[in-house]
Amino acid sequence: MASKILNHSLVIAHKDLLEFSRSKMRLVMLIVMPLFMMIMVGFIFPSGSSISDVPLAFANLDDGVGNVSLGDAFGTQFEVINDQAGLFEISPGQDLEDMKQMIRKGQISGGIVIPNNFTQTLLNGEQATIIIITDQSNPQLSMQVQGALAGLVDAMGTMAANQALNTTYGIPAGSTIAIIEPYTIEVTGIIPGDPSYFQFVAPGIMAMVVMMALMTGLPHAISYEKDIGTLDGMLVAPIKRTSIVLGKVLAQTTRGMIQGMLILILAMVLFGVVLYGSIILVIGLMLLSVFSFVGLGILVTSFSQNEETASMMMMSLMFPMMFLSGVFFPVEQMPSFMQTISSALPMTYAVNALRKVMILGADISAIGGEVLILIGFGIALLAISVPMFKKAMCK
Amino acid sequence: MSVPERTDCEVTEHSTSNVPKTSIVPESTNCETPDLTSIENAIETNGLSKIFGELRAVDSVSFSVRKGEIFGFLGPNGAGKTTTIRMLCTLSTPSEGSASVAGLDVVKQDGMVREKIGLVSEKMIMYDQLTAFENLRFFGKLYNIPKSKLDPRINELLELVHLEKWAHKQIGTFSTGMKQRINVIRALLNNPEILFLDEPTLGLDPQSTSEIREFIRNVNTKNGTSIILTTHMMVEADMLCDRIGIIDRGKIVALDTPGNLKKMISSSDGEVMEFDITNLTSAMYEAIQEVDCVDAISQKSDTLVRVTCKGNDAFDNLIDTIRESNGKIKSVKNLEPTLEDVFLHITGREVRDHTSAKVKTSSGRHGHMGRPKSRVR
Repeated sequence: MASKILNHSLVIAHKDLLEFSRSKMRLVMLIVMPLFMMIMVGFIFPSGSSISDVPLAFANLDDGVGNVSLGDAFGTQFEVINDQAGLFEISPGQDLEDMKQMIRKGQISGGIVIPNNFTQTLLNGEQATIIIITDQSNPQLSMQVQGALAGLVDAMGTMAANQALNTTYGIPAGSTIAIIEPYTIEVTGIIPGDPSYFQFVAPGIMAMVVMMALMTGLPHAISYEKDIGTLDGMLVAPIKRTSIVLGKVLAQTTRGMIQGMLILILAMVLFGVVLYGSIILVIGLMLLSVFSFVGLGILVTSFSQNEETASMMMMSLMFPMMFLSGVFFPVEQMPSFMQTISSALPMTYAVNALRKVMILGADISAIGGEVLILIGFGIALLAISVPMFKKAMCK
Repeated sequence: MSVPERTDCEVTEHSTSNVPKTSIVPESTNCETPDLTSIENAIETNGLSKIFGELRAVDSVSFSVRKGEIFGFLGPNGAGKTTTIRMLCTLSTPSEGSASVAGLDVVKQDGMVREKIGLVSEKMIMYDQLTAFENLRFFGKLYNIPKSKLDPRINELLELVHLEKWAHKQIGTFSTGMKQRINVIRALLNNPEILFLDEPTLGLDPQSTSEIREFIRNVNTKNGTSIILTTHMMVEADMLCDRIGIIDRGKIVALDTPGNLKKMISSSDGEVMEFDITNLTSAMYEAIQEVDCVDAISQKSDTLVRVTCKGNDAFDNLIDTIRESNGKIKSVKNLEPTLEDVFLHITGREVRDHTSAKVKTSSGRHGHMGRPKSRVR
């Protein structure tokens, strides 16, 4: 009996894939969609905190004392350091008001102003202020410019202090740094270097594509056949209703897996993503995600009378899943009530587990919790949806 | 015959029809079928109903189809033909009553029923992106036909409908007539005992229509396949069917051979006449309708009125009425009754009149609804 069910579902899956392969447009979309997703996601979202060649204005209003101008010295040093780091593209500015106007016009993203009493204050033995102005219409960039500039100023302060300790107090050059900065940090991760945003987002998109294949593909495949009347041809044949669902699921899973793998390959070849874990485990996890989503897809199919309702229901289920399950943004950055919703979605666990395997090289023992939860979701959803589907088919 | 449910009185309880069920049930005890035990009915229903919310789409229908028979369901759109077929094909669960197909219960033994039936539904069951052969092979596999038998079977069927040259072309490139031929042979893949055809010639050109009808008749005579078809075309029902069940608003209102159905009119001293009145007005039409002897009336064109009437002085009365309202009679024809007249006679409405039929409740000339009783001899 079971072998018959499987056999029939294979026949149906084969038919679906054959039909799919005949449509050139669909085949093109199969490849274009993942590529499009990767490119879009990869370039729209800011990739990390590194900035380069940000336009910046520099104004030195320092009057100096006598022929000594520490502002000039600061400016020269700043330029030297910046040339090495390549963070900013520096252009001259007149004063603070002028820079504000330049920011409004969109000519610069930030500026540095050295006030007129700079040298005097320093010579008096006081702290001198350097003014940094940023473009607040772009909070993200503003933060980064502010951070980078503060870092630069800080580094220059350290240099000045080193020099002062050495010359004024006669402390050996090598020992001065330990007095100024007694503590230093060493950052270490599981994998070398800093992972790019692609590295973060690729596992998420892989899980998402598989989810979409089942959540949109499955209801569409069934309600479409219902609409054009071919579903009756299968329902009137001596096969189990389960075979029809299973066949459709197999076809859509194949499609989703192909897309998921395409994304992985594209991410590795075009975007330098490195797979640190086992590929077998990745494939296994994707199949497990299929199992956990499939009930949801069947449920929607049984509820929707036609293709249009199916698509609408799908959309309203898919968007929260996409945004709340940490595909694009880490769940930990969401407010706590959103995190609660997130923890009720199977997608969250699929993404999480995939990420652990792909970025951190986790093995099966490290993702046991997620695997169990996904299996739980799968069983629960199927237990609700399959009887619903059988009932819906007999209206 | 296994009809234990027949004694179930619940079946007739919800029947609000004033058509006595006796006019239908005796079919199985008719003198035409002397040896009852050897004849097993292909289909039997008992109080079969389908209720969608408030609407009784099929309302307590009881009938049987004999083995090897072509049985036609005739009625306007929305009369409940398709719903009945869907219940018999196990595609829809009956709300009330029971039905057996090939001796198997459609609810309890649905899996076994499906092995024995073939369905040609209103919507064509085939995939445009697949070739004719691929389509047939797909459905054949669902019927567990081994590949060694399936491929020769497909070729044989394709030859039957003269489409063997088109076997490996995608269905999407076929004409509607060709598609329907493939659609029909698809339903024959498993050599069904019973073939259901839901409006098999709908939307086809005259040539394809006659081809399909011919094919249906051949399947019936050569393979002995019992066929149950629905149609809203009187001519089709008349041509193909051994017996016809006229279905209206979910109820079977008459069931007999086409010949006997037509005799219903003549046996009630009825005559069908067609008046060609050059200056026909609606007032005149209504005047004719009011004449006592008029049984049914329908307008065929701007000038033609078709009247079913009874009684010896019917003709005189009609002429007088038309004259009184200053009608100019160009010609009068005495016609052979058609199934259309029968439908009109029984339901008081024209077949194509289905939209208004749903609105009207009982404003038709329903005085004749009880009449089928008279034809049970």
